[in-house]
Amino acid sequence: MTPGDGRTGSAVGRPLRRIDARGKVTGETLFADDLSLPGMLHLKLVRASLPHARILGVETAAARGMEGVRAILTGADFLVPFGILPVSQDEHALCVGKVRFVGDPVAAVVADDELSAEEAAALVEVRYEPLATIASPEEALSTPEPRIHDYGDGGNVHKAVALDFGDVPAALAGADRVFEDLFFYQGNTHLAMEQHATLAYVDPDGLLTIASSTQTPHYLHRAAARVLGLPPARIRVLAPPQGGGFGGKTDPFNHEIVAARAALLTGRPVKIALTREEVFLCHRGRHPVLMRMRTGIDRSGRILGHSVETLLDGGAYGSYGVASTFYTGALETVTYRMDRYRFRGCRTFTNKPPCGPKRGHGTPQPRFGLEVQIDKICEQIGRDPAEWRIENATQPDTLTANWLEIRTTGLVRCLEAVVAASGWRERRGKLGRGRGLGIASSAYMCGAGLPIYFNDMPHSGVQLLLDRGGGVTAFCGSTEVGQGSDNVLALLVAEVLGLLPSDVKVVTGDTSLAPVDLGSYSSRVTLMMGNAAVDAASRARERLAAAAATRLEIPAERVGFGGGKLFDVSDPSRSIVFAQAVQLAEAAGGTVGTTGSYRPPTPKARFKGGGVGPSPAYSYSAAVVEVAVDEATGVVRVVKVWIAHDIGRALNPVAVRGQVEGSVYMGLGEVLMEEQAFCRLPPRLSSALVHRGPSMLDYKSPTSLDMPAVETILVENPEPNGPFGAKEVGQGPLLPIPPAVANAVHDAVGVRVDESPVTPEKVLAALRDPSRRFGPTTFPEVPWPEPVRVAPPWEGKP
Amino acid sequence: MMRLPRFRYLAPRTLPELTAVLADVGPDAALLAGGTDLLPSMKRRQETPAALVGLRTVPELRARSGDAIAGLTLGATTRLCELAGDGAVTGAWPALARAASLVGSPPLRNVGTLGGNLCLDTRCTYWNQTHAWRKSIGFCLKKDGDTCWVAPGSTRCWAVSSSDTAPVLCALGAEVTLASRTGERRIPVPDLFADDGIRHLTKARGEVLAAIHLPSPRPDERSVYLKLRRREAIDFPVLGVAARVRLGSGGVVEAARIFLGGVGSRPQEATAAAAFLLGRRLTDEETVTEAARLAAQVAKPLQNTDFALGWRKGAAREYVGRALRELARPR
Repeated sequence: MTPGDGRTGSAVGRPLRRIDARGKVTGETLFADDLSLPGMLHLKLVRASLPHARILGVETAAARGMEGVRAILTGADFLVPFGILPVSQDEHALCVGKVRFVGDPVAAVVADDELSAEEAAALVEVRYEPLATIASPEEALSTPEPRIHDYGDGGNVHKAVALDFGDVPAALAGADRVFEDLFFYQGNTHLAMEQHATLAYVDPDGLLTIASSTQTPHYLHRAAARVLGLPPARIRVLAPPQGGGFGGKTDPFNHEIVAARAALLTGRPVKIALTREEVFLCHRGRHPVLMRMRTGIDRSGRILGHSVETLLDGGAYGSYGVASTFYTGALETVTYRMDRYRFRGCRTFTNKPPCGPKRGHGTPQPRFGLEVQIDKICEQIGRDPAEWRIENATQPDTLTANWLEIRTTGLVRCLEAVVAASGWRERRGKLGRGRGLGIASSAYMCGAGLPIYFNDMPHSGVQLLLDRGGGVTAFCGSTEVGQGSDNVLALLVAEVLGLLPSDVKVVTGDTSLAPVDLGSYSSRVTLMMGNAAVDAASRARERLAAAAATRLEIPAERVGFGGGKLFDVSDPSRSIVFAQAVQLAEAAGGTVGTTGSYRPPTPKARFKGGGVGPSPAYSYSAAVVEVAVDEATGVVRVVKVWIAHDIGRALNPVAVRGQVEGSVYMGLGEVLMEEQAFCRLPPRLSSALVHRGPSMLDYKSPTSLDMPAVETILVENPEPNGPFGAKEVGQGPLLPIPPAVANAVHDAVGVRVDESPVTPEKVLAALRDPSRRFGPTTFPEVPWPEPVRVAPPWEGKP
Repeated sequence: MMRLPRFRYLAPRTLPELTAVLADVGPDAALLAGGTDLLPSMKRRQETPAALVGLRTVPELRARSGDAIAGLTLGATTRLCELAGDGAVTGAWPALARAASLVGSPPLRNVGTLGGNLCLDTRCTYWNQTHAWRKSIGFCLKKDGDTCWVAPGSTRCWAVSSSDTAPVLCALGAEVTLASRTGERRIPVPDLFADDGIRHLTKARGEVLAAIHLPSPRPDERSVYLKLRRREAIDFPVLGVAARVRLGSGGVVEAARIFLGGVGSRPQEATAAAAFLLGRRLTDEETVTEAARLAAQVAKPLQNTDFALGWRKGAAREYVGRALRELARPR
C-alpha cells in the first residue's frame, strides 16, 4: 500500500488522547502484579550467593517443614534448557549443576503467603564448591578455564565474528588521514517502573495460563511449552499492559517458567512479583562494550574505510547476545557514506547478570564511538561537525557498504532542524568558558528483517471483528508495554474505517485469542503490526463499501468513510451510519471478520551474519545538546536538548513526542550517571562479586529535577514501507544523546571523556591530565575468526 | 515484592506511657516516627525488631513552643515538610529549612520527621543492602559479620552519618531533650553523636529524642547549608556543609562554627577552619581558600558512599569555599 492510500483523515496525524490514557491516569489499568485469584499461592526464588560454583546439594527439608509451604522445586524439576535464541539454549529455570552469578536461581519455594515463602526460602541450604570467578571480558579472554559454559567459540568467548566489506586496510593505507580511537560504553539497565510479575494458573479444562510482564508472549509461549513438555495449544500466555519494558522483558524468564510448573504441580494459582533487586539481577540490559575504531578519510573528509572492533561483557548467559554482538557493528554504516567497512565483534561470558537488549540494542555503544570520533576528526581537519554530517549523510534509495537498504532518510532535514533551532551557527564557540554545544546523529531500524527463529510465517497478524452494533474489535498478539502500541492498533484501524481510535476495542497480548505478533522489541510494532492492521482494516472496508454501495446505489469507489458514517463522496448528505453498514455487510456475506498480516521484504544481504541489520525502514535522529561544565568539580549540567526525529509520518504527534522525550531522558541517564556496576571484594578475603547497588537509590538515574528542557522537532517524510508512511520512534531518539553530550563537554572545556558515563570524576581527571582525555588506553588481543568477506555493493555482488 | 518481617506494634498515647513501654520492651524495640528509613531497613532485614513503638500518637512529641526571638522548641516528630513552611524557621534558621527541604523527595518529607532525620542510621554501601546481598559478601562488621569491607583490618565500623539536618543543628548550637522513664536530659546536638558507625548515637536504648531546641539567632548571625549529591533529589548527602558565622563591623568574623556531614560516622566539626576565620573577612578570597583547605582536612571520606573517594576530598574543599562565599554575600 502506498502512503495516503485508504486514508480517511479520522485519526492519523491527530493529537488524540491515547485509548489507554484514562486507565493509566486513574490507576485502573491492571498490571501483572495487580492480578490475584482465589487460593493463590506465592513463589519465592532461592538465589545463588556465590558468583561461580558447583552445586553439591540443596537441602530443603527445613523449609519443607515450615507451616504454609506447599511445594519446593529445584533444578531437577527443570532439566530442559531454554533461551531466547535458538543458538543459545543455555538457561535452566532453576540451576542444574552449577551457578554462574550471584542471583542465579537455585530453588523455589511456594507457600500460602509471600512472607512465609520468603522465610522458608531463607531455610533452604545450598552447598557449593566455589569456582574461579571471571569479572571482565579481559579476564574472560585470559582465563579460558574454568569455562562458564561448555559451548561457544572457545574458552569463555561466547561469540566472535568478523566481517569485511571490501579491503579496509588498503583503504586506510590510501587515506589522507587515519584516526584511531578507543572508547568504552558502560553497561546499564532498563529500570522500568514496573517490576516483573507473573501469575500462572490452570483452568478447570486443563489450559495452563501464564499472565506475565513480558514484551514477547509468543517467545515465552514457545519456551514454556518446551521446558514444561506441554503442547503449545495447552498453554495460553497473557501479557497485560506493562509499566515499561525497554528490552528488559523480552527474554523468557526463569521465574515465569517456575511459576507455571508450580501451578501445574499444586493445581493452584501461583504468583511471583520480583523485587527491584531481582529485576537488577534479571538484567538483560546494555552490554558494557570496549571499542577500537579506525577511520580513514580523503582530503574532502569523505570516509574511505572504517573499522570497528567491539569487546562485549556478556554476563553469565547467552540471552540475545549473539544478536547484540552483530548489532555493535550492523548499523555503523547507515548514517554516513563509507566506501569500505570492517567489523570485528566478540562477546565474552562473565560471572555477572546476563546482558541483552536495551533500547537501541547493541547500537548506542558504537554510535557513541563513531559520533565522538567524527567530532574529533572534524576538529582536526577544521570542519564544522554539523556541516560534515550534512555533507556526508547517506542518501535515499541506496545500499550501504554492508548491503543494508536505505529507502527514505530524513537525516539531513533532522540535522538542519537542530542546527537552526539551537542557533548552532550563531552561538557555537561564543557561549563562554564552561559552556558548550555538541551535535550527533543516528539511525535505527523499524523491526528486524528476520524473525528470531527461522520460519516463513508473518511477523505480525491482526484479526478484526465488526459487530452488528457497529463495534470494531482488533485482535493482535502485540504487547502494550507503555509505548502506545494498543493505541497505534486502534488508530490505524480507525483511520481506514473512518472512526475514532476510541471507537476501536483492542485485544492484545494474548496467545490464545489473538494472532501472533512477535513482540514489542526491535522497534517493529508500529511498522509491522501497523501494516497488518491496515491490511485487515482495508479488507473490512471493502466489504462495508460494497454493502453501502448497494444501499446507496452508487459504485463502491464512491463510498467514503468518516465521522462514523459511510457516504457518497459526490453527495455526502447521502449516508448510512457505520453500524448499519456492518449489518448490511453481514446480511450480504456473513460474519464480518477479516485478517491482515505482514512479513518484511527479503533482505538484500545474503551472507552469513547478514541477518542482523536489515529492516524494512530506518529512522533517523539528530540532536544538539548544550552543557554547562563546572571546572572546579567536573560536574556537567545539561542545559537544553534540541532533537529532531525522522518519524516518516507521526501517527499521533503527542505520543511520538512522548517517546522522543523518554528516549532523551534515558540517553541522558546513560551518559551522565547510570552504571550497572559490580563490586569484587579483596580476593584474599572473599570471592564475592556483587552488583554495586541494586536499588533505585544506589543505581543513579536522573530525577525529574535533573531533566533539562527538551525541544522536539518531528521531521515527516513518509516511508513507503510504513503504515501511512510511519517509522519507529521507540528507540532511535536515544542514540544521538550520549555522544552529543560528550561532544558538548569537549566544546565547553576542551576535554574528551571517551567513555560513559561522563561523571564529574572523569571530567576533572581529564581536565588535570596533560592529554586532556579520560578513556580506555588498551584493547586486548582477541582471537578473531577468519572473516566473512563480502564486497560492498559498488565493488561486486553479495 | 519485599515484605516486612513479623513484628508487634505498640502505640503509646503519652510521653510517660512511651518511656514506660521503652523501659519494658528494651533493646528489642525500634522507634517508628516517619518510617522512611526504618521500614526499608526492615524490609532489607538490616533491622528485625520484635516490636515497633509508634510515636505519632504521642502529642508531647509534636509540641511546638517559643519563637525566633525567645528560641524555638520543636517536637521530635515535627515533619520535615513543616520546617520549610514554618515562617519562624525559614526566617531565623534558613539553613535548617534548607537542609530539611533537601531531604529525599516530597513524599518522604511529608512523613519523615526532624527527630528521625537526626537519629538516621549511619549508611554504607556494604550495609544498606538486602539480606541476600549481605550474605553474598559474608556480611560485615556492622551486623552479622566480622570484616569492615571499607577498611578490612579495621576494628571499627566506618558507616557514614548521612543526615542533612544534623550538621546544621550542630552548627546552629541547637540542643535536644532525651526522655526516659527516669527523667529528661538536655544535651548539645553534637553530644548526641558518637564516632562509631555501629553505636552512632549516645542515646540510651530506653531514651527517646523528645524535642529539638533552636537558640535565638543574633541579628548579625548568618548560616548556610550546602548539599553535595549526584542528583537534585532523592540522594543522601555525600557531603553536607553547615556553617554559622557572626559578622562584626566591617564584616569581620567574630564567631564561626562549621560542621561537615557525610564524611564520617558523625558530623565532623572543622574547628581549625573556624578558628582561622576569627578576625578575618569572608570577602577576602585568600581567607576563604585557606579556611576551606583547613575545613576539608576533617573530611575523611572512605569508599563507602556514592562518588570516587579522591574526588570527594577535593569536592569538600570546593564546597566549603562555596558555603563561606555564600555567607559573605550581601543580603
